[in-house]
Amino acid sequence: MTEVTPPDPLVLDSSPKVIDALEVVAPQSPGVVFWTQMKKSPLAIAGGLLLAVFYLLAMLAPFVAPYTQEVMDRSKYFHPPQRLHWIHADGHFSLRPYVREARLVDVGSFEYQDDPSRELPLRFFVRGAPIRILGLVPTTIHLYGVDPPGRVFLLGSDSFGRDVVSRLLYGSQISLTVGVVGIAISFTLGLLLGGIAGYFGGWADTVIMRLAELLLSVPSLYLIIALRAVFPVDLPSRQIYLGIVAILAFIGWAGLARVIRGLVLSMRKSDFVTAAEALGFSRLRVIARHVLPNTMSYVIVAATLSIPGYILGEVVLSFLGVGVQEPSASWGNMLNQARSIRALTTFPWLLFVPGTAIFLTVMAFNFLGDGLRDALDPRRVSGGRA
Amino acid sequence: MRTYVLRRVLQTIPLLLGISLITFVLLQLAPGDFLNQMAENPGISAATIDAMRVRFGLDKPWYIQYGIYLKNVLFHLDFGQSFARHQPVFEVLSDGFINTLILAGAAALITWGFAIPLGVIAAVRQHSWVDRTLSLVAFVWLSIPEILAALVLLMMAARTGWFPVGGMRSLDYDELDGLGQFLDVLHHLALPALVVGLIPLASRMRQMRGSLLDVLRLDYVTTARAKGLSERVVITKHALRNALNPMITLFGYTLGALVSGSFIVEIIFSWPGLGRITLDAILQQDQYLVMGAVLMASLVLIIGNLIADLLLAIADPRISYD
Repeated sequence: MTEVTPPDPLVLDSSPKVIDALEVVAPQSPGVVFWTQMKKSPLAIAGGLLLAVFYLLAMLAPFVAPYTQEVMDRSKYFHPPQRLHWIHADGHFSLRPYVREARLVDVGSFEYQDDPSRELPLRFFVRGAPIRILGLVPTTIHLYGVDPPGRVFLLGSDSFGRDVVSRLLYGSQISLTVGVVGIAISFTLGLLLGGIAGYFGGWADTVIMRLAELLLSVPSLYLIIALRAVFPVDLPSRQIYLGIVAILAFIGWAGLARVIRGLVLSMRKSDFVTAAEALGFSRLRVIARHVLPNTMSYVIVAATLSIPGYILGEVVLSFLGVGVQEPSASWGNMLNQARSIRALTTFPWLLFVPGTAIFLTVMAFNFLGDGLRDALDPRRVSGGRA
Repeated sequence: MRTYVLRRVLQTIPLLLGISLITFVLLQLAPGDFLNQMAENPGISAATIDAMRVRFGLDKPWYIQYGIYLKNVLFHLDFGQSFARHQPVFEVLSDGFINTLILAGAAALITWGFAIPLGVIAAVRQHSWVDRTLSLVAFVWLSIPEILAALVLLMMAARTGWFPVGGMRSLDYDELDGLGQFLDVLHHLALPALVVGLIPLASRMRQMRGSLLDVLRLDYVTTARAKGLSERVVITKHALRNALNPMITLFGYTLGALVSGSFIVEIIFSWPGLGRITLDAILQQDQYLVMGAVLMASLVLIIGNLIADLLLAIADPRISYD
């Protein structure tokens, strides 16, 4: 698996600032401190904004995409990305961009040639296939499109003549949520098990930590693939999706549980825990309300930095053909289309489009996570294993 | 120290037992087995399949099968037979392991060969443009997934024809002389090793930089400078030696991680290593081969971590495990 940002305290050392005693007027609320710190790292803010845009696009995917993910055009395999033109064949300029219809000139090598006389003006809010936005609002309006029977392939088409933009958008619904859902499950598990192990100690600690150690001793990709073998390959895509999330979460909790256990262990003897116990609170309440909230800044940072690992987990599984299955799109199985030497040399957009999306997402999470680390925890913590 | 090593080695045994048990159970839970796949081949009679089922003990309940497997491994060092390759698992895996080791070794050379000098330069010239550029590149570099790096390099290889697009040897490998064979493997090795090696380079470089910067702040370095030693001597003879300590530990940990790290690269570049073998074995439900591969990969990871802890104790006299 890839390196998921530095889980080390040596990197990105913000140099200690000398605080002038006279400057400190009033104590600031944690929220204010957080925002003042965040504003100092423009990269983190940029990462956060980029992610906001990506997730918004994923939510609105059916509307933004000109076609649905399954629509094929059997006469337009491996159509290269179309260029937007503003200047017409007769030389005049118009604000509305258009794309050129292309003809297949060589069936063997899938060579297309633009036909300058066939202009397809790009239209906005056009009628197309019936869709449901957010799974609720039924509509036939799409953000953009061209007049049928023309087709718009702004980022090209794939081996089935499907629009890559549409598949990228639909695929993001899977690829971008795998990380968040997976993290939600594995971090709940990790917090709970790590908290129990650290707080109670004894046999619970032994059992949980030995199990975590076991999971951490198998190289993660080997374990992921072995777990994947348990389920049949040809399940409905919803079940495959849940299966992938379950596998990644099952592996992901161990690293976190180990760190949380350490944090809880060091907190157990502290005064505020003793005070809470003296007040007669139940042990579970002490864990949940007093101990675990103190690990939150660590958890938020570790979660942000772990999400790329989950996203890449889906990408790798689908790339290997054992993840999300066709015709459902995911960034991983889009990448799978670029696996052959032929595709790599002749249809590079099949690699670069999903590749860029994956790269930007991973980078945005890493930038955001690093910024959060600096902003949330001045003492700083080291990251967990994805 | 000796007790510590002994304890760590003994701890490995239940760990490996646990891993083998979990893997075995997982493989049992998987629908069908290799013989089911064989049964779909009309050229193989049902009687043959049944005979094989009995021969490999696949007709017995899983815990008995596991017991037989364990007995064979422990008492005869027999890891079973690969169904698909008709070869003992041990042979298949040792070939694969050596290939993975070649890849991982070359990658480690690339990583550390660049990370240490670059990290030192960045630390010595802190805040200079070199440092800033390296930091920025490293920051972006950290986000490049191996799978993408591998595909992009494969694409360049395919377009330029400068490098082979996969595999480990050319077709005419057997006709080459010793040097020719070596160069041929090196030629095939270059791109996969570059991917596996360059990916962790960014974080290693940053760690080297951070480590050296920490040491350069210490009093004894100031003392060395005050004595009038040249900056070169201060850095190489005094500071660097201590700054390398944390790197030595990291080196041990990456040994284990390299096996895992090369998994996807092996598959993309058709490098006949452990990762490639494991994936094929899982897809073909080649039970004993999967078992062996997972155990071997885990063992490498565990040994890597042990070496890391030991190296630290050897390199740093302040640390002792007794």
